[in-house]
Amino acid sequence: MTATKESDQQRAPTVQELDRVTIRFAGDSGDGMQLTGGQFTRTTAVYGNDVSTLPDFPAEIRAPAGSLPGVSGFQLSFSSSDIHTPGDEPDVLVAMNPAALKANIGDLPRGGALIVNEDAFTAQNLKKVGYEANPLTDGSLSAFTVFAVPIGTLNARALEGLDMTTKQVDLTKNFFALGLMFWLYERSMEPTLRWIEGKFSARPVIAEANRRALKAGYAFGETTEMFHERYEVRPATLPPGTYRNITGNEATALGFVTASKLAGRAIFYASYPITPASDILHQLSTYKNFGVRTFQAEDEIAAIGSAIGASYGGALGMTGTSGPGMALKSEALNLAVMVELPLVVIDVQRAGPSTGMPTKTEQADLLQAMFGRNSDSPIPIVAPATPAECFDYAIEAWRIAMRYMTPVLFLSDAFLANGAEPWAVPDVADLPSIGVPNHTDPATFQPYARDPETLARPWAVPGTPRLEHRIGGLEKQDITGNVSYDPENHHRMQVLRAAKVAGIANDIPDLQVAGPPDGDLLILGWGSTYGPIRSAVERLQAAGKSVAHAHLRHLNPMPRNTGDVLAAYRRVLVPEVNLGQLLWLVRAKFLVPAEGLNRVRGKPFRISEIEDKANEMLTGIPS
Amino acid sequence: MDPTGNGHAVGEGELPVLTRKDFTSDQEVRWCPGCGDYSILAQTQKVMPDFGFPKENIVFISGIGCSGRLPYYMNTYGFHTIHGRAPTLATGLKAARPDLMVWVITGDGDALSIGGNHVLHSMRRNVDIKLVMFNNRIYGLTKGQASPTSELGKRTKSSPDGTVDRPISPLSIALAAEATFVARSVDTYTEHLQQTVERAGWHHGSAFVEVLQNCNIFNDGAFREFTDRDVREDRMLVLEHGKPMVFGKDRDKGIRLNGLAPEVVSLGDGVTEADLLSHDEEAEDPYLAYMLSRMWWPEFPVPVGVFRRVSRPTHDQLISAQLESAVAKRGAGDLQSLLKGGETWQVS
Repeated sequence: MTATKESDQQRAPTVQELDRVTIRFAGDSGDGMQLTGGQFTRTTAVYGNDVSTLPDFPAEIRAPAGSLPGVSGFQLSFSSSDIHTPGDEPDVLVAMNPAALKANIGDLPRGGALIVNEDAFTAQNLKKVGYEANPLTDGSLSAFTVFAVPIGTLNARALEGLDMTTKQVDLTKNFFALGLMFWLYERSMEPTLRWIEGKFSARPVIAEANRRALKAGYAFGETTEMFHERYEVRPATLPPGTYRNITGNEATALGFVTASKLAGRAIFYASYPITPASDILHQLSTYKNFGVRTFQAEDEIAAIGSAIGASYGGALGMTGTSGPGMALKSEALNLAVMVELPLVVIDVQRAGPSTGMPTKTEQADLLQAMFGRNSDSPIPIVAPATPAECFDYAIEAWRIAMRYMTPVLFLSDAFLANGAEPWAVPDVADLPSIGVPNHTDPATFQPYARDPETLARPWAVPGTPRLEHRIGGLEKQDITGNVSYDPENHHRMQVLRAAKVAGIANDIPDLQVAGPPDGDLLILGWGSTYGPIRSAVERLQAAGKSVAHAHLRHLNPMPRNTGDVLAAYRRVLVPEVNLGQLLWLVRAKFLVPAEGLNRVRGKPFRISEIEDKANEMLTGIPS
Repeated sequence: MDPTGNGHAVGEGELPVLTRKDFTSDQEVRWCPGCGDYSILAQTQKVMPDFGFPKENIVFISGIGCSGRLPYYMNTYGFHTIHGRAPTLATGLKAARPDLMVWVITGDGDALSIGGNHVLHSMRRNVDIKLVMFNNRIYGLTKGQASPTSELGKRTKSSPDGTVDRPISPLSIALAAEATFVARSVDTYTEHLQQTVERAGWHHGSAFVEVLQNCNIFNDGAFREFTDRDVREDRMLVLEHGKPMVFGKDRDKGIRLNGLAPEVVSLGDGVTEADLLSHDEEAEDPYLAYMLSRMWWPEFPVPVGVFRRVSRPTHDQLISAQLESAVAKRGAGDLQSLLKGGETWQVS
């Protein structure tokens, strides 16, 4: 140990303090990049940084090794201050093979650091992705600070003597890279060592291999003379509280379990496997001791049908899916509209149309949610803006569904679902009840009599004596709920259903504005564009621009003051990861000449794209 | 947690003695005069009091088609859903509310065409539902198109030159899907129908009952050749558990196994009841029931009765057992610690 200390003194790297760092891990889809990124995120969150992540992986489970379609990436940004996005571009790119380098180098700014697994740059691998010469030696990477590390070889040496195949040894090299990054950014290995302990408790050799790989990577950083600087990013000053790291899908699942508690009703969650919503099913299926019933249905229609059946029985029936599944559920959604039963449907949006790009993000199901059913079919829509907010809006969805006896659509997306951020864990005792009573009084019972305030019909569940009644998809006579073909009755019921949903506007918070209450430019967003919009607006405001940000969480109905907010600015910009859907709605609804910024690449916006567009619009405004 | 919400007590109190009238709703029945559905409704209403279930704990769920209207006429809880999907709603309801008795009312188009997938999966899961399928071999409510049970070559409005689709046997499908109770009856054979519906009602698990039902408007006489009162004893085989398969007005014919196939034989001339197949509705393996499901007039008498009745844990029992075992192993869930998850840190 003394020797190491001496050598440390000889060449101890300087520690540079940074406010924010963005790292991208990239490798083969079998290289464990998502796990590596996830471990770095956990460690960084526990350390107290603010953190935001962007997992980016192919739909193919194992595309041909070393090929461009098989590249899987995980970008995370961590900071000593409040951040809203996983970063526009990485400061450091870790590339485990030539394909990962080729697919990602375009995003690395000049001067950025590049750490590559030198061992993977074989003639064969280079040829696979069309490199004619080795980029590590041909000078083409001269704009970057390149650290070529023989990760595979060093890792294999560290694992010598373990009873493992060469292939198994190779699978642990991601932890060597992780260890090296932990050293470079002064992170503790403890959280990951604890994770290894738990994960591989039944497989001691694999546990030992991962431990050795991680420690070898860390030790390599310490002993090599390759790195002249280490970096420190101090903990962020977040509001006081108990924090954990959470993804959008995790927050959604936890929000539903919490809604169940606050409503005093059991969950029935039915789903058909679909990317990127399946994790909600996986997670909820482990909460059986909370009374959560999960059901993997035979198809999307059975999933929503069974959820409606469960709600009919008095439970919190819900189903989760993505765009193609939403399309299949639309007929049953309308049944829920007609029978006016509470139901929550989660659409974790992904790039479409059709199968599209299943693992990539998009927010292009808004108009489907608004209008994608036969006839006039009003359904409330909520959309969380950040991964952690998925928790709040899962509860809000259920509050609305039960109070107004209506299906509610919850629009998440792949970026929110898989992205992670720190979350201040709420105290359950502080959360208000959202429970509504069942109707039990036969004297006052009419299946379609309405609460004068909410226009909700009574929830009368089977098993309640003397409330036997029939409901169904045929038009209902007002009040009695009997089948009716009366023309005037149909008109009245269509208007009532619309008025009930529109009236929710009186029961949701006003649209908040970050920035001046009036001025040159309002940037209006919804869903996962929150982070990049907020970051862009902060930059613009810091530059003295008259710019404000408003973000809709209730898309149907919108907050009552939405029109007034839009009218208070000279220009309105609506950035969306679709071709202009909220834009279409606000232009139609409020007659404002709002303008769109629309990019659909399966990726979130860069902050700079929104900032540039805002600046362009601002220069057009005479001061 | 109480799945009904708000601690509402289910089915408490005394059980009054109910009659058919208690199960008759105030809605006017609107099937065509002469429709076989009237008989199915009447038999269903008649057997309901026998189960001793409070009527508020009984739910009828239907799909689309003429059969779909039945819940409106039952004075129980009822849900007229969408085409083909009734089994899905029933599955969710039964999973959330194991205390309810759930009936699914469907037709040959609803159950075997648009809803085929759901029938298959509700049966294989042994969802505790009593599914009664009205088979009239035609689409009635849409005014006369071919259905999945219409005979090959049938001329209908949608197949003026005859269908080119081979029909499927509903009971073969139910057996292949692992239904634990499989039966057939006939609308006009009222005492048998009543018995069959009642036995389905007593079964715990997925019951599939095919009722051969006459649509006197669009497919009149579809089953007349073997169901008419004066011929049915010779052309139908009434299955009785543990009894040899004898049929005929004079009880002089029977079904014998010849190799792997059934054959009709006359009793006498050395053939005795001991040579005949004996019906075993409780056989664990489905071969006998499947063979019976393939027998059809005129090659064979058409079997009616209970083809199969076996006992297996139901879907809701298995779900509830997993919930109970999770609580036993890990204790009732503590929400606050669930929200905290594995790794937390404090900011002060």
